[in-house]
Amino acid sequence: MSDVAIVGIGMHEFGRHDGISGMDQGVTAVRRALADCGQQWSDMEFAVGGSMDGGAADTMVSRIGLTGLPFTNVVNGCATGGTALAQAVNTIQSGAGDLGIAIGFDKHEKGAFRIKGPRGKDWYGGSGLALTTQFFGMKINRYMHQYGITQPTLAKVGAKAFRNGALNPMAWRRKPLSEEEVAESLMLSYPLTQYMFCSPGEGGVAMILCRADKAKQYTDRPIYLKAAAVRTRKFGSFEVLAPSIAIEHDPGPTAAASKAAFEMAGIGPEDVDVAQLQDTEAGAEIMHMAENGFCEHGEQEQMLANGETEINGRLPVNTDGGCLANGEPIGASGLRQVYENVLQLRGDAGERQVPNDPKVAYTHVYGAPGISGVTILSR
Amino acid sequence: MTTIVAVADGIFDIRDGKPVLLGTRCTNCDNHMFPRQTGCPRCLFNEQEDVELATRGTLWTWTVQAFPPKAPPYLGPVGDDFKPYGVGYVELPGQLRVEGRLTISDPEQLKIGMEMELVLDPLSIDDDGNQVVTYAFAPVENGDQS
Repeated sequence: MSDVAIVGIGMHEFGRHDGISGMDQGVTAVRRALADCGQQWSDMEFAVGGSMDGGAADTMVSRIGLTGLPFTNVVNGCATGGTALAQAVNTIQSGAGDLGIAIGFDKHEKGAFRIKGPRGKDWYGGSGLALTTQFFGMKINRYMHQYGITQPTLAKVGAKAFRNGALNPMAWRRKPLSEEEVAESLMLSYPLTQYMFCSPGEGGVAMILCRADKAKQYTDRPIYLKAAAVRTRKFGSFEVLAPSIAIEHDPGPTAAASKAAFEMAGIGPEDVDVAQLQDTEAGAEIMHMAENGFCEHGEQEQMLANGETEINGRLPVNTDGGCLANGEPIGASGLRQVYENVLQLRGDAGERQVPNDPKVAYTHVYGAPGISGVTILSR
Repeated sequence: MTTIVAVADGIFDIRDGKPVLLGTRCTNCDNHMFPRQTGCPRCLFNEQEDVELATRGTLWTWTVQAFPPKAPPYLGPVGDDFKPYGVGYVELPGQLRVEGRLTISDPEQLKIGMEMELVLDPLSIDDDGNQVVTYAFAPVENGDQS
């Protein structure tokens, strides 16, 4: 992969923001990313942006500047932000532009996602099966049965997320919760309780990318993108919102995207110093540790018990509190992970800074209907 | 007498008061699909035949829907009338795993590997006074409880 660098990052706080539209939050993120590297909107040669419920991203140009730049909208489920980033990378690598911006923002209604099928024929939603939460409960329930992961370990993941979120000024949920509070909160979708699930939320993230050989023009601390890979499901993988699945087994799009990204970067999981993994719920973080190659299936039980995924552990995971503490604005979520890794690699993560000068950082998003996006960054 | 109607056409037939799931079989690779569809995602072949799926299988995984889904699209009772229900995938031997409601919702009674069979599950009464039903899986009485 020829080199692309991230030179500017901007974020609008995640959470609930009454009276501020999803688009407003995207615009704020753009302005902050531009300020971060001292550039103007008129310097942007291209833009890629996405949102699920916040409106068409390209319409924001009427507020930030009608400069005529090519602006591509992407919509790719939970991987929308990751896809925007991958497209921006492709644009630079193809030579179509040297400096551009990737943008993701969103604002969802409260509660679980409302997923509707075709009108008048919606037997799936009508029967009470169109809930993403059910899939997560069923996937981790099967996984616990197969690999001996226990319920207290799920609670450990939740408590870690809120502990890390409390150290992150941009996070939605900033109150630490004990393992007991997580375990004893309302059971929503067995074996997962309320505080083991993230909530659909609001927020925006933008990042400015350029050809690596020009990065020093914009910042003295460029972060290099070593890999950005997106994969969809293959036959036999177990995915969200599936009325049926095959008996044949495929390890799924996360394993495929991870493998592709490590090959692109020319490194392995043992080289990663900090990782942000899709934690739609506590079980997802556990399963994704193995699917991304950071351990064998079942080893997570001991790793969590040893504190290996804490900020000062061997492999810090979800240092900004992840989806659990930040909520999930679909369009912005994947870019939030990259934002956090840029802070960590710059050494700017404040109270939640991973010690010992991390050099390689990894992100992973997963979502409906079976899509994963992985990035690998390095200093 | 109340008339029983399926939640949608083409998903299952009702025979002797029990549902029969309507699936598709790929004539090239024997892959089974549910609901019916054209095109086989396994072998990429585009010649399928309609089949009825097995009515019994084993529970592959499960959860419990403990909070009321948003309505729409949900047709069952919400608010104070909501009752938690089980959801699971049942492996129909040699065919596929089908997702469906479960007639039991007590985690103590639900075990991966237990034998399940198809039954009708009432959802709501429609504007014409018909009983709208979907399919669900119930534990087989005296079945293998492993």
